[in-house]
Amino acid sequence: MPWLTFGPRVDPFRELEQVRREMDRLWEDAFRREPLLRWRAGVYPLVNISEDTDHLYVRAELPGVNPEDIQITLENNNLILRGERKVPEADKDVDYHRREREAGSFRRVVRLPGRVDPNKVAATCQNGMLIITLTKPEEIKPKQITVKIA
Amino acid sequence: MVEKELQPREKEAMPTKTELTRPGRVFLPAVDIYENPEALVLLADMPGVAPDKVMVDLTDDRLTITGEISPPRGEQEQLLVQEYETGNYVREFTLGQIIDQNRIEATMKNGVLRLVLPKVEKAKPRKIEVKVG
Repeated sequence: MPWLTFGPRVDPFRELEQVRREMDRLWEDAFRREPLLRWRAGVYPLVNISEDTDHLYVRAELPGVNPEDIQITLENNNLILRGERKVPEADKDVDYHRREREAGSFRRVVRLPGRVDPNKVAATCQNGMLIITLTKPEEIKPKQITVKIA
Repeated sequence: MVEKELQPREKEAMPTKTELTRPGRVFLPAVDIYENPEALVLLADMPGVAPDKVMVDLTDDRLTITGEISPPRGEQEQLLVQEYETGNYVREFTLGQIIDQNRIEATMKNGVLRLVLPKVEKAKPRKIEVKVG
């Protein structure tokens, strides 16, 4: 089996170590540019999801959407966002130079990455940002255990 | 009216000729600009920007709008899923109209900047009536 012979100058562990280091570097490089795996759901609105010890946060950019035009439902572990963005028509008597902002409706299902307490959901709208705060159930929260002196 | 379904759009990064002094990405806000006989009206989508973090600058015929976003998440938070990017907004326009600088109105609602730029009297089109002599 010639492919498994180790010559006197080849240290398999050093080789492995080099490979490992190279892998680490590639991994770090990839993550430095893309801090995390990007999802492309391709459905409006796009969301960012984050967490801290007690909560899960779902954020969406909804500029120009009235808070009363947003409907949020939590079903099993799916968050359903529905709503409408209205761009009021300007008077007939105007000429458009640019028209990039769109009006329309949206329906989006967001699969939550972890379990949440369905009774503890809060949503706020601030400066065109929708922020949904979900609470992790007690049993999955990390617990700190104090070591008692016997 | 047939309801249109909104499609997600990737934010357009601002093309930069020079290096930015502040870290982070800068995006071009989507805008509507229309004109009526009295004024030029501009609407810009700047989600995450508080009303006091909007800057409007008009120098000669160059209009610059800047919006600085609030921190996109809490300090203790870790991102799990990122579908959209966050960053400040900047966009520049060259105006073909003479604007009355003193009467510019800017309002911010639900992350949308509305800017009313009144034209100076001279620039307003006037109908010239031909009197019967």
